Amino acid sequence: MSAVPFALLDEQSKREIRRAILKGIAIPGYQVPFASRELPIARGWGTGGLQVTLALIGKNDVLKVIDQGSDDSVNAVNIKKLVTKTTGVQTTTRTQDATLVQSRHRIPEVPLRADQVLVLQVPEPEPLRDIERSEFKTKRYHAEKEYSGAYLMLFEQIMRYNQTSQGADYPVLVNGRYVMNPSPIPRFDNPKIHQSDALILFGAGREKKIYAVPPYTNVESLAFEDYPFVVEQFEGKVCRETGLSDVFLDELTDEVTGETYYVCNDTSYMQEILQQKVAAK
Amino acid sequence: MAYVAVRGGAEAIEASLEHLQYERVKRGAHISVHTLQSTMRGFLDQVMSESSLYSERLASLAMKQSEGNAEEAVFLLRAHRSTLPRMYYSTVTNAREMFVLRRISASFKDIPGGQILGASHDYLHRLLDFDLLEETVADVELKKAAFEQINKPEESNLALEQLPKVMDYLRDEGLIRKFSLNNQEPKDVTKQALTFPTNRSQRLQTLTRGQTGTITSLGYAGLRGYGASHPNVGEVRVGWQPIYVALEDDDMDPYYIGAIKLTEVESFIPVDVDDDGQQVLEFDVGYGACFGQNETKAIAMSIVDHALEVGGDSPIHDEEFVLLHVDMIESTGFISHLKMPHYVTFQAKLEQMRSIKKEGNQ
Repeated sequence: MSAVPFALLDEQSKREIRRAILKGIAIPGYQVPFASRELPIARGWGTGGLQVTLALIGKNDVLKVIDQGSDDSVNAVNIKKLVTKTTGVQTTTRTQDATLVQSRHRIPEVPLRADQVLVLQVPEPEPLRDIERSEFKTKRYHAEKEYSGAYLMLFEQIMRYNQTSQGADYPVLVNGRYVMNPSPIPRFDNPKIHQSDALILFGAGREKKIYAVPPYTNVESLAFEDYPFVVEQFEGKVCRETGLSDVFLDELTDEVTGETYYVCNDTSYMQEILQQKVAAK
Repeated sequence: MAYVAVRGGAEAIEASLEHLQYERVKRGAHISVHTLQSTMRGFLDQVMSESSLYSERLASLAMKQSEGNAEEAVFLLRAHRSTLPRMYYSTVTNAREMFVLRRISASFKDIPGGQILGASHDYLHRLLDFDLLEETVADVELKKAAFEQINKPEESNLALEQLPKVMDYLRDEGLIRKFSLNNQEPKDVTKQALTFPTNRSQRLQTLTRGQTGTITSLGYAGLRGYGASHPNVGEVRVGWQPIYVALEDDDMDPYYIGAIKLTEVESFIPVDVDDDGQQVLEFDVGYGACFGQNETKAIAMSIVDHALEVGGDSPIHDEEFVLLHVDMIESTGFISHLKMPHYVTFQAKLEQMRSIKKEGNQ
């Protein structure tokens, strides 16, 4: 019956999303409310990131979509399929070849360049939500730069466990002004946001917020002088396939021997290293 | 092997989708969209209301495609809505102009214009009608003809347009708390995200497109003890509501674009009012309105509307609690996202738990 527009959404909607993105870039780390559209993919399944991607994508873009480090995971496949079906753009798994990378819960191991844009999917944009459930109040805290609650939360964790217990989605201070959830990337990826060459955009579809970290912005993970920020430690563990140790690892169990082994979580990076090894032989 | 864990997702998804397609056709039966549109009024009304898209035809298609799954049907219609440019707003429509199909008041025995029962399940014994198991098209034609022979609209002496409102009677007597007219331009919640505190137009929009079961439960909670007090249903009316669109730079009268079926409810809720130092009782009005014939939802909505309007301590008075959790697309989406892989976040947590354990053992 009706033909679906390029990149699915009607033009006014896309323009409105781009306006929110521009505002986000102008105020790094500030959550810009936007009237999130319903998509053919469920809320909570990356619709914030997807709306950012759909609003930005042009015919010459090359898209890469990753979910939890994998290009082939259900969510990544589904999102890629929807975007290509409605735009006809090319996709890639090689981080270096993409102009637009949409990701859930990981920043690729290959460093991003200034001519690339990273879009992260955000389930919970509000870093203060665990401390204060009211949106009305958290908005005010941000306006007043009242972040003692965010530090107090980490302080309580340290009192209890002698270290922080915040796993992924470890809060950061952007440009010395706004405390921001970096989306549930592991702490391992937090340093990659600091002074990034690439523009990083964050989309929260269900919570209807868009925010941004422009290139070359200071991004600091919250910490204390005597309790510095630490990333996940994979001490003594290496990727079974590539031998890499400076990457985020997945923990797997060998079905035959029952022993635990590790592989590189970023699957496209792992493949590339493996191909290089084969070529070298 | 390692590769099993990282590749093969795309193929598995394709296979799953094929299975889903097969489920719909595997019994070899077929039903036309036209048949659904002609027989599934209640389902379609609910789905159109929750999806904010008034089209019986598209709702029937969504029903067929989703195998009668309301959650999926609403999802399909909402997503379709996102592909459509929104060109116009209708002019203000007033339920006084409704062509009434049903209209009752629980507050007065006799109301000007009369109690009009119309078609309702309210007076039905909910017993399975086993005759319908074998009903044929010929039976349907027979039942249709039998009814139409007795009930001829042109012979009716009922005035169904411009029926007065039950509320007018109480208002004339000064029993309804007075408010000045609120002619504030509504804020479109589908074009501008909610910010708190909200205004009434944002609340009513969010409630009317809320999930029927959720709105009903919240209304019930308000009625049972987590809300202000017991409302009286002043008037429930169901009927065809005319919709007009006015064009900018056009001197013509607004254009009539059709009528939608609407349920409208006004509930009377007694409140204490300070009248020049003297405590008196007056009525507040809770308002509910939704696409189609969804009377339970509209009544529940009127309770929640009032609860949010007056404020209070329990959850149904808390606008963030109510308005951020009644939308079907948002609640089902976030619940279902838990089925997605979370192994990176889980690994991050795992590493930390082990580290905390190790530290504790030292």
